[in-house]
Amino acid sequence: MPKTLLVDPDKCTSCRLCELVCSGRNADAFQPARAHVRVTIDVDEAFYFPRVCLQCDDAPCLDACPCEALVRDPRTNAVVILHDKCNDCRACEAACPYGAIRCWDDRAWKCALCDGDPECVRFCAPQALRYEPAESWPAAARQAYAARLRELAQEARP
Amino acid sequence: MTHAYVGQLLRVDLDRRQTRTEPLNRDLARLFIGGRGLATKLFSNEVDPNVDPLHPANKLILAAGPLTGTAAPCGSRFMAVTKGPLTGAIASSNCGGDFGPDLKYAGYDLIVFDGVAKEPTILVIDDGKVELRPAADLWGRTVDEVEDTLHTRLGRDFKFVSIGPAGENLVRYAAIINDKSRAAGRSGVGAVLGSKKVKAVAVRGTGGLTAADPAGFRTTCLDVLEKLKNGAVTGTGLPRFGTAILVNVINEHGAFPTHNFQQGQFPGAEKISGETIADQILRRNRACCSCPVACGRVTEIKGGQYAGRGEGPEYETIWALGAAVGVSNLAAATKANYICNQLGLDTISAGATIACAMELVEKGVLTEQEIGFPLRFGDGEALVRAMTQIGRREGFGDVLAEGGARLAAKYGRPELFMGVKKQEFPAYDPRGILGMGLQYATSNRGACHVRGYMVSTEILGLPMKMDPHTTAGKAAVNIAFQNLTAAVDSAGMCLFATFSIGAPELAALLKTATGFDYDVDELLLAGERIWNLEKLFNLRAGFSRKDDTLPPRLLHEPMPAGPAAGKTVPLTEMLDEYYRLRGWDDQGCPTPEKLAALHL
Repeated sequence: MPKTLLVDPDKCTSCRLCELVCSGRNADAFQPARAHVRVTIDVDEAFYFPRVCLQCDDAPCLDACPCEALVRDPRTNAVVILHDKCNDCRACEAACPYGAIRCWDDRAWKCALCDGDPECVRFCAPQALRYEPAESWPAAARQAYAARLRELAQEARP
Repeated sequence: MTHAYVGQLLRVDLDRRQTRTEPLNRDLARLFIGGRGLATKLFSNEVDPNVDPLHPANKLILAAGPLTGTAAPCGSRFMAVTKGPLTGAIASSNCGGDFGPDLKYAGYDLIVFDGVAKEPTILVIDDGKVELRPAADLWGRTVDEVEDTLHTRLGRDFKFVSIGPAGENLVRYAAIINDKSRAAGRSGVGAVLGSKKVKAVAVRGTGGLTAADPAGFRTTCLDVLEKLKNGAVTGTGLPRFGTAILVNVINEHGAFPTHNFQQGQFPGAEKISGETIADQILRRNRACCSCPVACGRVTEIKGGQYAGRGEGPEYETIWALGAAVGVSNLAAATKANYICNQLGLDTISAGATIACAMELVEKGVLTEQEIGFPLRFGDGEALVRAMTQIGRREGFGDVLAEGGARLAAKYGRPELFMGVKKQEFPAYDPRGILGMGLQYATSNRGACHVRGYMVSTEILGLPMKMDPHTTAGKAAVNIAFQNLTAAVDSAGMCLFATFSIGAPELAALLKTATGFDYDVDELLLAGERIWNLEKLFNLRAGFSRKDDTLPPRLLHEPMPAGPAAGKTVPLTEMLDEYYRLRGWDDQGCPTPEKLAALHL
């Protein structure tokens, strides 16, 4: 059974080391603008919220792609983008209700769980991000996370 | 020049309202690392040491280090380097938060401000696009108002440094504030920005930084992360209780300066401790960018006359707004902290100056009539009132805005100023921690704890335990700490990381990040070079051995009670040894041989 990237926002301390190491690994540069994980921070409200891809079972991005550039990796259960097939139509970006897909350099990009060893988890000192069996994330907590993630994604859109 | 450096700096000519980009000098970067060191090198090359700090010819440099903005844990710092209006010495104030990393993503390692703008101005750097904009409508506004307004006007993802009314009003200890609550606090760097009519700097960028040796850098980052997580101070103490965990520790050692250094223990310490803060007002921790420690405190005072929200207090602040002024009301001290952040004041100098005024009142030298209201030790309401007046230079606040040295001199009692080189002491009485006495006396920016934190060895036992009540070996260790700290500040690393890592880890981070073949020896030599360069600037600015001293109270008045009872600071013996070990003459001037060895 593949593990899941579990998020516990209450443990986040707003350091954004996840953004730095994600971009370091996946974009070859320390560049938060190109990280797949993003942390929403509102210090006035004491609100920190790491935003990650949920690798949905019923993934809208997969269905939206007209060129079969998005596929499920059976080892990790991650939805991954085959960049040689991506034509930058941005249908996946528009389809994702969670804002987990972004486009640059004429391609779409998203979290692929670092092939089963997520860099963000490895560097998250407060353990707000964990990589654990799916059942260790209680359904109610996961649903509450997803709902908030969806709200934040909608707020961010113009 | 690439990798961890952006490789360019921005020059802002405020007189002509022009900006230009300049490449970073690779040789200087290697010799002075970046941040504090590189900025001090540029500054001392370009500015007359005898300039009036508030004259347009004084420059101010904001400088990130090579590690700033990379994944180096705790590597998010930048420095503000200038000549300080409080001290007349080199000023270099360190700050964390998100500004430093985003400055680099926006396209620059350093910003050099020169001249003075004709009208209130903000500098906006949006992904390499640089613009000076008029900002008359922001003048007079608090830091919170400025950040909120600019977020709406420019975009949520901009990061800022700004000054509050204190900087505009040239309060001699005005700070530059980042992320609403993080301060490049000391020596009046905010007043210099105010004198230049620069209200704020806004940065945003999508640029990236790389490591010269990505695999080696990653391995080193993981090693540093593990050490920070497992260290008692960085892994447990600071995350749980913030820096104010020190309140009880220092108080128990009888070195918690109380009532303007008249005593070394504060009866109300328990009420303002890190434990009490965590219990009563803490909402959440707050980390600077890339920091696994998260010592920052997001707090709230619920209800009552001191109601408010913000960040803090951290240790030095809760001392300055607590024990120093005799206030054990956590809500009042925290409110005073919020006011300092919003008006842009250094909490240490602000609280310590009020403490000095309180002693002048106590001694009958200064009357309440002159002040306009009662200002007595322990009065939280008066503290809050005085703080607001200082930031706006209203009423007696105009006198307090000049700092403790000028205040005490004005009333004919200069010996009641507790500080060095006109800068107020932070939260340690050196009669109970003798090495701190040497550190205070020799610090290049006036009284300061974060230039060579002897508390680490004398109280906390890191990296080894030394007896706080003896002088043996203190000069050598203080020199080693000062040199390492200069390198840490220049790298963009937070000094707190050195509770758990040392020169080998820092050298490895820098080597793999920059591609410069640093080892421990070269790193510490760079730190020594930076320290000597700062010293040379101060000597040329007119400082001499007579300024490397302490107030008579600490030299001659024995600590009245507590674990350090009977102690004074035997400074002369430590200072002589310090000069000798530094390779300076007996007047504290670096010898020609020493300067040659340091390539200065």
